[in-house]
Amino acid sequence: MTLNVLTFLFIGASFALYIGIAIWTRAGSTREFYIAGGGVSPMANGMATAADWMSAASFLSLAGVIAFMGRDGSAFLMGWTGGYVMLALLLAPYLRKFGKFTVPDFIGDRYDASLARGLALLCAILISFIYVAGQMRGVGIVFSRYLQVQIEWGVLIGMAIVFCYAVLGGMKGITYTQVAQYCVMICAFLVPALFLSLLMSGHLLPQLGLGAQLDDGRTVLQTLDEMLTELGFDPYTQGQRSTWDRFMLTLVLMCGTAGLPHIIVRFFTVPNVRDARESAGWALVFIALLYTSVPGVAAFGRINLIQTLNGPDQQGVAYEAMPDWFRTWEGAGLIAWHDHNGDGRVQYAAGSVADGGRPVFSGERGEMGERLLSNPSSGEFDPTRQPFASEIYIDHDILVLANPEIAMLPEWVVALVAAGAVAAALSTAAGLLLVISTSVSHDLMKRTLRPNMSDRQELRFARLSAVLALLLAGYFGINPPGFVAEVVALAFGLAAATVFPAIVLGIFCRRMNSAGAVSGMLVGLFSTLAYVIYFKFMGGQEAQWVLGVSPEAFGALAMVLNFATALVVMCLTPAPPESVQRLIDNVRIPRGTRWQ
Amino acid sequence: MPKPMSTHQDTVRAYWRANLRLIGIYLGIWFAASYGCGILFVDLLDQYSLFGYPLGFWFAQQGSIYVFVLIVWGYMFSMNRLDKQYDVQE
Repeated sequence: MTLNVLTFLFIGASFALYIGIAIWTRAGSTREFYIAGGGVSPMANGMATAADWMSAASFLSLAGVIAFMGRDGSAFLMGWTGGYVMLALLLAPYLRKFGKFTVPDFIGDRYDASLARGLALLCAILISFIYVAGQMRGVGIVFSRYLQVQIEWGVLIGMAIVFCYAVLGGMKGITYTQVAQYCVMICAFLVPALFLSLLMSGHLLPQLGLGAQLDDGRTVLQTLDEMLTELGFDPYTQGQRSTWDRFMLTLVLMCGTAGLPHIIVRFFTVPNVRDARESAGWALVFIALLYTSVPGVAAFGRINLIQTLNGPDQQGVAYEAMPDWFRTWEGAGLIAWHDHNGDGRVQYAAGSVADGGRPVFSGERGEMGERLLSNPSSGEFDPTRQPFASEIYIDHDILVLANPEIAMLPEWVVALVAAGAVAAALSTAAGLLLVISTSVSHDLMKRTLRPNMSDRQELRFARLSAVLALLLAGYFGINPPGFVAEVVALAFGLAAATVFPAIVLGIFCRRMNSAGAVSGMLVGLFSTLAYVIYFKFMGGQEAQWVLGVSPEAFGALAMVLNFATALVVMCLTPAPPESVQRLIDNVRIPRGTRWQ
Repeated sequence: MPKPMSTHQDTVRAYWRANLRLIGIYLGIWFAASYGCGILFVDLLDQYSLFGYPLGFWFAQQGSIYVFVLIVWGYMFSMNRLDKQYDVQE
């Protein structure tokens, strides 16, 4: 069987499973649509949370980022797991006790103000939209690469599947498909990871394999450090980013994770507070299973890549002798080659092959059939540091998809990885769409504009807004605005600077009132937006960074500003009313969880 | 061990103080494992090695995640016990 047929089989089978679950779990009430009826077991919810959380970015991009950044990439590993500690200790149990449907619900009730509810609503929708466009794009890339269909068709197929279970089943459908998607995704990540680790280090587990000793007595990491230094790169186990910037980046990723609305709402679906705590524990176990394997996959992938590109003698391999995957990815524009020294060989070393980093293809082919670049770099290099100039561009995102092919694993593994990538993208997209649709139907319509509508009407609104959100997400998936990659970091910054402080203060600071929370959220929201827009779109320079904080990490500073503003304003304004005091007392103890 | 409380309010307050103490302890461990070993003192720890990794690098890419898992489960068990102790459990 060819790879194409295998991929069709794997993805088709997983889709059939998701549709089957969709039919089985159709939602009949808003409670089922918003929170799956509130009866999901902690372990199932943990699995669903893990699938919800691990997006196309975790599955596809993370290992690539670590592979090319080495130790500097650790902020993503620690940030995207450490956030669950804050979620479990500071947010999830209390929000579950509060017992309503959404994040704006809590903020609106706790601060007894429609302004606070409206702001939270705006933030939730903004964060979710930024996130969802990237997911649909991920689906499109996998389809176009493996099934040779247009990206447009890939996105449309993905939309149809999400429609089946998200629009019909709501949270109930999403929860049980996410459980299935987690299983698909973790197999798809671990099978090649175990294969790779066994091949490269003799250890089955990549967690141990990365530290293993090779035949010559050196460890995998030492070997990689040496390979990289010889080619002019910085050593893998040492960092270039400043300690301060890594600190702030890790902080924003952690607090952002804890403040993401689509993750928080997952904890509304379990029966009680005790289960919410347990559920966070399971979620982190399931996430850690993938995240602790990532460093191994990253390092093995990088070693494999260097050995394949530069050959056993480390002098480069003739372009004609490159394996199939090289040309396929070149065709997709994610690999590019420019023969600086004219020896017909592919050589990989430090430095960029294209001016400005990203290659621009001229549309013509060279004599060996390679795609020609219209912006090759000068090809100068420092001969004391590296043996040759770099002739290769490699997009970081392809490492996970290309890894099984580079390591020459069986074709069914490659097909499995494709199905896993689609599962990762779809599960996250569905969770985000649900946040958008409940924000509109529940927080905007039911709680603000039309409080008298019936449950059936609200359910209809929920489905309608899910369809609209899906169409919009699909549109952005097919016509991605050029700024998607730039603004994904913004989602974490916004969550850390708006939603996270408002909720934490609402639970832990009894005196906090609506004036404080609202002014804090406003400061967080606008400072983050202004900072990212200025430095990403208006040509702000690194020298102008406030306190040396990069735009990616600025959310951490904005979060501190939010907390400070909220506390100062709080001291100048009256304490919240008696009813709010009772609400705080109520969320602080587990007893008496019931649906209000 | 808490003495029998006179009113419900007092119990709730004592329970909350005990909870805050636990959160403080666990967040202390959380900070030490990630920001401490993985970021601030990473170069210092890299002089030692563990499982073939430089120790600081191991904390940054492996160890901190294991510690996070232990913290979340540890907090869950501590809280379940606290809930029973103060009789505020479900």
